[in-house]
Amino acid sequence: MGYCLDEEGFNQVLQELSQEYVVYAPKLFKDGGSFSDTDRIRYGEIHSLAEIVFDHKAEYSFKEVLLPLSQTLFFFTEDDVKEADAPKNGAIILVRSCDLHAIKRLDAIYLENGCEDYYYKRLRDKVKFVLIGCEASFDNCFCVDMETNQTDEYDAYLAIKNGKVYIDNHNETWEAMLAARSTQTLTVIPDFVTHNDTRVQVPDGITLDAIEASMWNEYDGRCINCGRCNFVCPTCTCFTMQDIFYTDNGKVGERRRVWASCMVDGFTDVAGGGYYRGKTGQRMRFRVLHKVYDYKKRNGCHMCVGCGRCDDICPEYISFSHAVNKLAEAVAEVAVHAGK
Amino acid sequence: MPANEYLPFLTEIKEVIKHTDIEYTFRLTYEGAVKPGQFFEVSIPKYGEAPISVSGIGVGTVDLTIRRVGKVTNEIFEHYAGDKLFMRGPYGNGFDIANYQGKELVVIAGGTGLSPVKGVVDYFARYKEETKGMTLIAGFKTPKDILFIEEFSCWKQAMEVILTVDCADNDTECQIGLVTQYVPQLKLNKIKEAVAIVVGPPMMMKFTTQELLKRGFLEENIWISQERKMCCGIGKCGHCKIDDIYICLDGPVFNYVKGCQLLD
Repeated sequence: MGYCLDEEGFNQVLQELSQEYVVYAPKLFKDGGSFSDTDRIRYGEIHSLAEIVFDHKAEYSFKEVLLPLSQTLFFFTEDDVKEADAPKNGAIILVRSCDLHAIKRLDAIYLENGCEDYYYKRLRDKVKFVLIGCEASFDNCFCVDMETNQTDEYDAYLAIKNGKVYIDNHNETWEAMLAARSTQTLTVIPDFVTHNDTRVQVPDGITLDAIEASMWNEYDGRCINCGRCNFVCPTCTCFTMQDIFYTDNGKVGERRRVWASCMVDGFTDVAGGGYYRGKTGQRMRFRVLHKVYDYKKRNGCHMCVGCGRCDDICPEYISFSHAVNKLAEAVAEVAVHAGK
Repeated sequence: MPANEYLPFLTEIKEVIKHTDIEYTFRLTYEGAVKPGQFFEVSIPKYGEAPISVSGIGVGTVDLTIRRVGKVTNEIFEHYAGDKLFMRGPYGNGFDIANYQGKELVVIAGGTGLSPVKGVVDYFARYKEETKGMTLIAGFKTPKDILFIEEFSCWKQAMEVILTVDCADNDTECQIGLVTQYVPQLKLNKIKEAVAIVVGPPMMMKFTTQELLKRGFLEENIWISQERKMCCGIGKCGHCKIDDIYICLDGPVFNYVKGCQLLD
């Protein structure tokens, strides 16, 4: 059912929802940018419509709600372990279509690849998604080519036009609340982009021989292994375990999992000094092929959703979409060598 | 809700068997199904977790043979019989004994690579009639690096054993040379039906499998075991992924047909 609300009505809806949920949306963090006097737009808790940033892309994705950057799994006390409590409230996350597709990528790893992940599952079960439409593509987005520009798998759709809030609600339990606050019922059709300036083409016929392609060498010199591309990516899921102990009592501590990056040193280190993919170009190869090749072999769809955040954030102006577009040439190059 | 796989359980160290200065076997209490080649995440609060493969399976116990080379393993070595350790698992596929039953079997192990496959060797030492002949080639750097020295004499009763070291003084009883050099001399009746397991450092596995293929072994009759960094052991943390394969879930034991594609 579609509804039109004024700002006050919508803020009342938010207030009502906040009894059961924490509402996360892209918001402005003043002076929170990478450089002095710059701001940052990323996900945070919101309480009113005015706080939500609609006209920019969130530089970081929603994923920290489901996969906190640092998440305590359990506490150690001598011979005992005690599981960390789950947050009491559920969460409502405002996401764009690409990010809503990214949820499926996270689910594939955390719920379907091997056993279900206990900590992910208990948060995931309590999360609702509200779709934000895209009237036009942002810089570096390539969702159309990744086929993530449209979706109908949302609890509700939200758009602002001329100061009014338009909602297409799919969640039955919210019907009465929205009906009570709305000024009008109508049909609301989500805005989806159907064109991006950035185009990508994932070639057919990629094989593991692509490891040998010369295209990766360029990144040995350009990439500085900062891992920002992984951290802004809505589909990067890797983590490392970290034990924390309290200085006052060395027998008590906790085990956390923290985000890990396949671009950063140490990701593959094994005991005794062994490691794999020492060269930065090979790490780039690992990341690119995971996003547009091997994930699909295992899970049926490409991991990359085309949000373009990795291109936005890279301090060395390395473009993931350009790398993908170079793959066709790489496939041809290694095919020639394989033929010899 | 699914089970919380990340919570470790407590086990007690029943015995510590010293092989070398830096390699001990910890015999730990464990009740439950476990296969050779599977691994446990041994967990030391404050230091972290390390994946360690099962080197022996007893009644109510598992053996983990550990080399002291890192933060976690250094700390494990500070534990003695009677102490407790946290661990979780077992994880991974392990070796499937049925793949080797009724066949001529060659096991080739390099260094600590003998640990994951030792359960298979133990099994066929006990039930030697279940193979059509078995050879173990085990290579170590020097005589003082040899693991499971007591077991070798017992294995010799049941199978052909070649114990070799890379280098040694002249008075050693072992043979001297790399494991690969014994492959051409293997006495086998039907090479096309013979099966082999190769476990060890990456270079050793690469050259040993090459030798086996040269001898006429079929790719589908060779198994290897891989090693990677792992933080979860259950397909989530991403550290052990090679191409579309997760070593922790799909391995660590691979048939060579798949194993030879694990390029990284």
